[in-house]
Amino acid sequence: MNVMTEYKGVWVFSEAYDLMLEMLSKGRELADELQTELTAVLVGKNIEQRGNELIKYGADNVYLIDSSELEHFQAEAYLGNLHSLVVNHHPEILLIGSTRNGRPLAARLATRLQTGCVPDCAKLSIDENRRLVGERITYGGNAVAKVTFKSKPQIATVPSRAFERPEPREREGQVIKVDVKIESPKTEIVERKPLETSNVKVEEAQYLICCGRGMEKKDDKVLLEEFAEVVGGQVGCSRPLVEDRKWFTEWIGLSGHKVKPKLYIACGISGVIQHVAGIRDSKIIVAINKDPEAPIFEIADYGVVGNLYEVVPALKDALKKMLQ
Amino acid sequence: MKRIIVCLKQAVDVSQLKVDPATRQLVTAGAPRKISDFDKNALEEAIRIKERLGAAEIFTLTVSSEDAKPVLREALAMGADKAYFVNDPAVQGIDTSGTAHILAGAIKMIGQFDLILCGETSLDSFSGLVGSRLAELLNLPLVTFVRKLSVEGDTALAERALEDASETVKAKTPALVAVTREINQPRIPSLMMIMKASKKEIVTWTLSDLNIQEEKIDAKIEVTSVVAPKMERKRIMITGETVLEIAEKLAKALIQEGVVGR
Repeated sequence: MNVMTEYKGVWVFSEAYDLMLEMLSKGRELADELQTELTAVLVGKNIEQRGNELIKYGADNVYLIDSSELEHFQAEAYLGNLHSLVVNHHPEILLIGSTRNGRPLAARLATRLQTGCVPDCAKLSIDENRRLVGERITYGGNAVAKVTFKSKPQIATVPSRAFERPEPREREGQVIKVDVKIESPKTEIVERKPLETSNVKVEEAQYLICCGRGMEKKDDKVLLEEFAEVVGGQVGCSRPLVEDRKWFTEWIGLSGHKVKPKLYIACGISGVIQHVAGIRDSKIIVAINKDPEAPIFEIADYGVVGNLYEVVPALKDALKKMLQ
Repeated sequence: MKRIIVCLKQAVDVSQLKVDPATRQLVTAGAPRKISDFDKNALEEAIRIKERLGAAEIFTLTVSSEDAKPVLREALAMGADKAYFVNDPAVQGIDTSGTAHILAGAIKMIGQFDLILCGETSLDSFSGLVGSRLAELLNLPLVTFVRKLSVEGDTALAERALEDASETVKAKTPALVAVTREINQPRIPSLMMIMKASKKEIVTWTLSDLNIQEEKIDAKIEVTSVVAPKMERKRIMITGETVLEIAEKLAKALIQEGVVGR
């Protein structure tokens, strides 16, 4: 792209619709601050209705890449269409949902465009030089880095639940259908198995009770489930229970799920920094641990030195009684 | 499968970082370095593929402005056959775009390969972009977030862990696969392996050996600050004579906080 190119506008894209809506709220703020337009790029099959909905959630323009071949995420096809749109319209900012499909997509798009990409920005702002600034956790949770751009378009990826979904309202905007081209795939998806999650995603849980190495057997998680039932919450675990003991498949932490419940209870979790980085945004953190020196107590609002097998059932009973 | 290239980052050991209490700045200078955990999983997976197939050559590839040889010796002891090391002061301060360009240049210099294995992300900067960028530069099939991998003939079959599903993906080699830490438990080399590794070759290159112009690796992003986050928590310890008393105190506190109940 030549040096005279004028980059204008804030764009958002995610193949995950909920995340797209969340990004529209931040995107709207950034666009207003830059006095420019907010554009959403929507890819999928039979999505016209949703295009109109995105206007209500804050987009000024919606590009629709609508094709029966694009019902499911396909890296090359999504990448090719996004790339040609960006090359034709050169937005100054492009926010991409940081899912496990979205992040590699952002990296590849940035590479094609020879531009920078800052992943997993939980905060975004504009600096005095009109540059985008992203804040992200780095060094295994030991630090927060502020990163800005020396190239355009400025591509940042945004994790889910970083921003609140905006309230929809009646607004004016235009939905533009785009000619679809399908770049042929380089890989073939042979099977797709939905995860067996019985309830809501942990990211969305308001109450989370999690166990760590202090739990002695897999079946003991019933203690936590009973507790979760009283407050209407969910059960999770720290990484060692997945990695070492293979009791679970998903964990809370920097490399797993990052959560922000109203109440987070850590039972028998020592509190290594990578775990803490995943729970940092919780409103209240309670730690129950036998070891009074456990680092989890340093970052907890309430700490109990004690045996989780005694404390958790007792707390459950006490809450049940008081909430009646 | 004749040759597997494993990209290894020499990362800051994040478990040994200190924070300057006055400025909350992270002190990375002097912190120990090691093979980034995820990359170690990638190397372990390469070794397992080699063991299963009976034959294959494993090359590691590292880019750093610092000396990475001690770390590369460990990779060789684990079972890599040869280490390539792009060592040039000019790479200090490069970003994922620059790193990917250098890796791509080095891989072109190495020549033929069937598989490139990377860690999904790095232990220290945690960006998770380099593998995808590299695949794009080399125009390779890319499979990310891989927790299970098998190779048969010219096909790699990989299981990806997504947010709400697991996906099995087939890719024709040559391909690039980025692995998560769940894929395996990296081995600890025996003394014998460590001794044998001292005879293995570490090939060192500079950017000019790879014909890479410095402007090609200009950083596209700029890190303006790296500061330890503030965790302002109440840190109230609940004590009592009995578990019952403790539980009641805690329950009351949670209700008063407004996080449970009405």
